[in-house]
Amino acid sequence: MLRFVLRRTALVLPSLLGLLLVTFLLIHAVPSDPAAALAGDAATPEQIARLRHQYGFDRPIFEQFLLYLDKVAHLDFGESAFSHRPVTLDIAQRLPATLELTFCALALSVFVGVPLGVMAALNHNAWPDYLLRIFSVLGIAMAAFWVAIMLQLLFSMQLGWLPLRGELSSTMAQPPRATGFLVVDCLIAGRWDAFADALRHLALPAVTLALGGLATIVRFTRAGVLDTLQQDFVFYERAMGYRWLRLVWIFVLRNSVTATVTQIGLLFGGLIAGGVVVEAIFDWPGIGSYTVQAILTGDRQVMLAVTLLVGTVYAAVNILVDLVHGLLDPRLMEQG
Amino acid sequence: MMPLLSVRGLKVTIRTDEGTAQVLDDVGLDLERGRILGVVGESGCGKSTLIRAIMGILPRAGAVERGEIWFEGENLLSFSEAELARDVRSSRIGFIPQDPLLALNPVFKVGSQLLEVMRWHAPSDGTRGSERRKRHVGRLIGLLKRLQVPDPEGALERYPHQFSGGQRQRLLIAAALACSPRLLIADEPTTALDVTTQHQILLLLRELVAELAVSLLFVTHDFGVVAELCDDLCVIYAGQTVESGPVRSILDSPAHPYTRALLACHPDRATSFRGIPGSVPSPLAPPPGCRFAPRCGDVRAICSAGNPPQARAESGAEVRCVQYSDWSADLLVRSHES
Amino acid sequence: MKPILRKLSRDVPAMLGLAIVVFVLLLAIFGPLIAPYPGDAAASHLTRRLKPPSADFLFGTDNLGRDIFSRIILGARGALAIALTVVTVAMAIGVPLGLLAGFRRGWLSETVMRVTDVVLAIPQLVLALALAQLMSPSIETAMLALSLTYWPFFTRIVYAETRRLSSSLFVDALRGVGAGTGRIVFLHILPNAISPVIVRATIGLGFTILVAAVLGFLGMGATPPAPDWGLTIAESRVYLPTAWWYVTFPGLAILLTVMGFNLLGDGLRDLVDPRIRRSR
Repeated sequence: MLRFVLRRTALVLPSLLGLLLVTFLLIHAVPSDPAAALAGDAATPEQIARLRHQYGFDRPIFEQFLLYLDKVAHLDFGESAFSHRPVTLDIAQRLPATLELTFCALALSVFVGVPLGVMAALNHNAWPDYLLRIFSVLGIAMAAFWVAIMLQLLFSMQLGWLPLRGELSSTMAQPPRATGFLVVDCLIAGRWDAFADALRHLALPAVTLALGGLATIVRFTRAGVLDTLQQDFVFYERAMGYRWLRLVWIFVLRNSVTATVTQIGLLFGGLIAGGVVVEAIFDWPGIGSYTVQAILTGDRQVMLAVTLLVGTVYAAVNILVDLVHGLLDPRLMEQG
Repeated sequence: MMPLLSVRGLKVTIRTDEGTAQVLDDVGLDLERGRILGVVGESGCGKSTLIRAIMGILPRAGAVERGEIWFEGENLLSFSEAELARDVRSSRIGFIPQDPLLALNPVFKVGSQLLEVMRWHAPSDGTRGSERRKRHVGRLIGLLKRLQVPDPEGALERYPHQFSGGQRQRLLIAAALACSPRLLIADEPTTALDVTTQHQILLLLRELVAELAVSLLFVTHDFGVVAELCDDLCVIYAGQTVESGPVRSILDSPAHPYTRALLACHPDRATSFRGIPGSVPSPLAPPPGCRFAPRCGDVRAICSAGNPPQARAESGAEVRCVQYSDWSADLLVRSHES
Repeated sequence: MKPILRKLSRDVPAMLGLAIVVFVLLLAIFGPLIAPYPGDAAASHLTRRLKPPSADFLFGTDNLGRDIFSRIILGARGALAIALTVVTVAMAIGVPLGLLAGFRRGWLSETVMRVTDVVLAIPQLVLALALAQLMSPSIETAMLALSLTYWPFFTRIVYAETRRLSSSLFVDALRGVGAGTGRIVFLHILPNAISPVIVRATIGLGFTILVAAVLGFLGMGATPPAPDWGLTIAESRVYLPTAWWYVTFPGLAILLTVMGFNLLGDGLRDLVDPRIRRSR
């Protein structure tokens, strides 16, 4: 198993390198002046020229890439043009908030989506199935930014049940930063008031992000369970008098979730990228809103770093997905 | 004394897109305690549906229209699904499936699958929790030893795909016997195996039936297997029982034209290779009268007039054919009178 | 082709999708004739600002007094134009690359597929946003950015199909009778690979409309006063919660259109690839 992980990691490195190169080339192929962006609007031409030389923007592009790679190898992603802080520091500070949101959204879509998918399959071609199918089509077709605003409109502005934006109310004192995950930090500090407040802030962005994933998971779980129910072993297990609930939720489900697990992996990457706009709408202090700021200010260092980050998360999740497949189905493990 | 299992006039239909299929129409059989009954028919004759009906697991579009299934003095058709799952399957009727690889859940260890069955259906012996589980493991290991599965302890920790076909079939026989049922139902359990393994398994089944005093309902399309294993025989054609009785008498002097034709096809008996002309009628539109009439060598005008009732042949077998019945004479007389 | 169409016509969700797609297409073509206030694409009427839905203004009016119903109808053309352009350009890049990589062996094929994999791994939305912003935001750059991120999907599909087909018996037979490579590829492989491409393109149209809406929402696509759906939603945020109609209806327009393409795409996929059936 360790060998499997190491081999897969070794395979990932060249593709991450490729990812960085392609992004680098694409971003630098675009006719715009990074030095001017870095210097700001009030800079004189001389200042811009000095910056250009200082950052090596006047050198050939491959030399720039090698220079960049060297820095990346030391976890130095340069300086953000708008926060004027090292990108690495910014990301380290903001990553926990994004992970917190992503995990919550993922947990929501899995723990709601899988049972719904099973129910749809068991009621194949009856009304719960039709209802869930309509829902899953809608869920995939909805624009996340619109859902975000609609939820804000209903639950924050009209009903006033949940906060509009942010991670914590401004009147609430921040708990001391321990893990960076606000909810966890609240628990560590024993701050129940802040914990409840943080959860209330988490609700709308997490639901928004979860909706699309929920639809996908319902869909794939339903297809997987329908497929498994056709298998001979389900008839055999019924003939042997398995308890129906255990038969469905343990023995059938474990055979049905292979495709769902693949989708969960894809979703995780998708959620981090898809969170970009949702974070911006909810003023969530994570990577997403950081990325939107960076894009709006043409901040190349941040764009490159975020691309690499998402690519790495994506690759890591893929390895994890393969591992889970192996645990779910022993036949796959033996094939290696 | 009443037979252990007695199926009377069973009619099962399945709704399809093309219409309602009469998969079983008037099937009857009797299985005495401690005996082995072979149910023989071509593929598509309704053998699998018969098994499913007895166990109460018809497909969703299927329905029992008529008939009775008596088992140990109770009509199984009056049982609810929950009652069947709780009190009948495994605990009173054990099942041996056709393809042992497809029947086992591929992603669970063999041991956890067999113990799952025992957990709900093994007869109570007063023990509980881990003590009860330990007893179950002990009984399983004993059974696996008896079934000549090598390394029984290790076998429980392995996955289905790690066994050979013959070993898997032995595991499933052990599973069927695990909760001491009175009746075993086997659905062509040897067709997926090679001839040598097939022979070993049949031998083992024969011994176990005698040893454990269970009855066995053995479904097959192979007369060779029937001759080797069974005490009684029931031949099914197009959803109807056409001939039933002791194996020896039917094999020695088959009475129904279909049984005769089928036996003539068997490679051990056939003088030349030939099949039965025509094909099995569609259950969507069964022919009027005797269902075998369109393919029968001895067909008469009367055969299409109505469904012939059961009659007794000289061999002692029950036969559904006008040749053995007074019914044809009755019908002729009546049609003349009217 | 006939039996395939008959099969599709029995698939109710797919037909619903087709109906929506045709409907949106008609709006895009005849929008200015259908819309009750065709002038409201650009005009402003400050006397009737932010009016709630009524018989005169079905979906209400916006901050400049323009009829939202009319602007949604007029916006269909832009949304479809972006989607069609992006998918066409992405196909024009992706399909030939896929054919090339699939039919040739060796380093060229390897390189193409590695690059494809890498581009697929780049977070699409982030890259499209970044490119659009760096190239100075406009509809054209948005379209270019989306095309540059969408072509790998087509390369993957065409590559897989070409590989499958070029190792199949009938291509061997064609080689045997002396057919040239070009003939084999264009007359025999391409027509067979085209159906999964059509499926992907249909779903891609819906997807592109969704991403284009995000670009518009962030101000990187259409510029005011264009009746762009995403842009309208962005503009509406200031007037919440009072003007709920301002944000609701453009979002529903996006939802309906994307759903139409997805339903149709699912139906087509069921026909082309029965293995991943949605309904059975």
